Amino acid sequence: MFDYHALAPELIIGGTLLVALLADLVLPENRKYLVGVIGLVGLAAALLPLLTVGFCDDLPFCEGGAARVMFGGSYVVDDFALVLKGLFVLTGIISVLMSVAYIESDRYYQGEFYFLIIASVLGAVIMASSRDLITLFIGLELVSGPAFLLAGWRKGDVRSNEASLKFFLIGVLSAAILLFGMSLVYGLTGEITFEGIRVASAGLSEEPAFILGVIFILVGFGFKIAAVPFHFWAPDTYQGAPTPVAAYLSVGSKAAGFVGLLTICYLAFANVADIWGPVLWILAVLSMTIGNLTALKQTNIVRLLGYSSIAHAGFVLVPFAMAAAYDAEGLESAFSASITYLLFYAFMNLGAFAVVIAGAEKAGSAEIDDWAGLSRYAPGLASLLGIFFFSLAGIPPLAGWFAKFVMFRSVMGGGAGAWGVALAVIAAVNAVVALYYYARVVKTAFMDPVPATAPLELAARHQTAPALALVLGITAAVVIVAGFYPPILSFFGDAARVLSFGG
Amino acid sequence: MIVNQFLVLGALLFSIGVYGVLVRRNAVLVLLSIELMLAAVNINLVAFGAYVDDAVAAGQVFALFVITVAAAEVGIGLAIVVLIFRNRSSANVDELDLMKW
Repeated sequence: MFDYHALAPELIIGGTLLVALLADLVLPENRKYLVGVIGLVGLAAALLPLLTVGFCDDLPFCEGGAARVMFGGSYVVDDFALVLKGLFVLTGIISVLMSVAYIESDRYYQGEFYFLIIASVLGAVIMASSRDLITLFIGLELVSGPAFLLAGWRKGDVRSNEASLKFFLIGVLSAAILLFGMSLVYGLTGEITFEGIRVASAGLSEEPAFILGVIFILVGFGFKIAAVPFHFWAPDTYQGAPTPVAAYLSVGSKAAGFVGLLTICYLAFANVADIWGPVLWILAVLSMTIGNLTALKQTNIVRLLGYSSIAHAGFVLVPFAMAAAYDAEGLESAFSASITYLLFYAFMNLGAFAVVIAGAEKAGSAEIDDWAGLSRYAPGLASLLGIFFFSLAGIPPLAGWFAKFVMFRSVMGGGAGAWGVALAVIAAVNAVVALYYYARVVKTAFMDPVPATAPLELAARHQTAPALALVLGITAAVVIVAGFYPPILSFFGDAARVLSFGG
Repeated sequence: MIVNQFLVLGALLFSIGVYGVLVRRNAVLVLLSIELMLAAVNINLVAFGAYVDDAVAAGQVFALFVITVAAAEVGIGLAIVVLIFRNRSSANVDELDLMKW
């Protein structure tokens, strides 16, 4: 019943939380960065049990196999959960590394920052395993709650305040809508576990109240993943929040929303795909199109990444949008295509945000025009900017092309019919539109003359912090290697298709 | 047991909450309106819980979790509102327009 080996990552992260909070209390002011070190060690330690559970069959001392069902089917640790937990923990590690120098340079509290970000990662890790409505809801709130506070971290900055309040109000509103949907689904099926709902919902696809419940749940998650038309909070929050927090929100928190949306659709609502399939089709088309078109005229680079992450949310939804037309095998391939896209997107986007943090320190601002001629005084940074932005655009041989490739393969491969072809065409047009604004930033950095106001002496003296340089190195290596040899990431995407119901 | 009256009450309360979120200007009142929506969810859950009558009383347990999480969220929300009030001497949501488009 209580499987300590399978639960070890959650227990380790939970323990790390408490130690971080305690350490913050006793450490002197100039040693607060050690709390970050504790957090990093704890998160890294949590990766170990993920590996031992994942490769359990190959290890002599391990019993119980790779898929474990706990708490009456409410909590399941299987390959899907392990892959996503690994992604969340890695995102947490990279976000903490990005934050160290950024938080250090401010006079704001440090210890609590790490406490909050690790708490948010813990929520995401719980979401990956949750197989009932209550656990999913608790996990989601544990992801969002600390994130509201992180967005408002720079207390004296009115933009940060504004980011925090907008994020909070939208977050709580979406939670209320989600819960109302959950209450209807629970009432009409009488079940709280995904497996129970799937069985009980077989004949309910015509029942208005049940359809309403499913739609409400989709809307609630739509806010969390910032899909159009529920996206308007995201660019504001990313711009106002500290940039490392924006990076975490656009990858960790968004991926957690996707995990919730995909598991609940795939497991609980598998029998009523004709309700949520068309809704996701519309969300995918709107997110890609409006996200990309609005990104075209952005002048702030963080806002541009905000709209680009909305567009990428649309791309992740594309394979899933044709769900109603697929057979079981097609659904499985759609599922693994979405997860694979998320994995690739996570590394590209974290890298892009790391470049933005380092570049904004060099150029003294996050406005794209101020980045003109960056390659003259910061050639390494400008090259990294090119790598990550072209990868986000999907140019081979950088990692992004493979993510787009599996997406198109899944849409076109399932015998999807006219709607599938239409979706693929819209996605292809959008991929081209996206290239324009990514390339425009790179062109500004490489070809435009250095503006007279550029703080060149400051930039020459300013060294990129070691932790941030490490993040840039790791993400750039992953993006380049995964571009030439995609299986190092897609292996995990394929493994994640093994999704067990539990119970 | 007749569950309809409870559901109508829940739906009404939820709609009032949505209305409040859309028209109220003060952040605290927006927060209160969201609390109304969560109260509607709780009415739904408890009514359905009694109606379904499952072995684990999932509806009631869910309602307890919702109450707990709602309390935590109000704590976070009021902290943010106090922060904004200190910096701007106003907690009106329609004045938060530094960033758009």
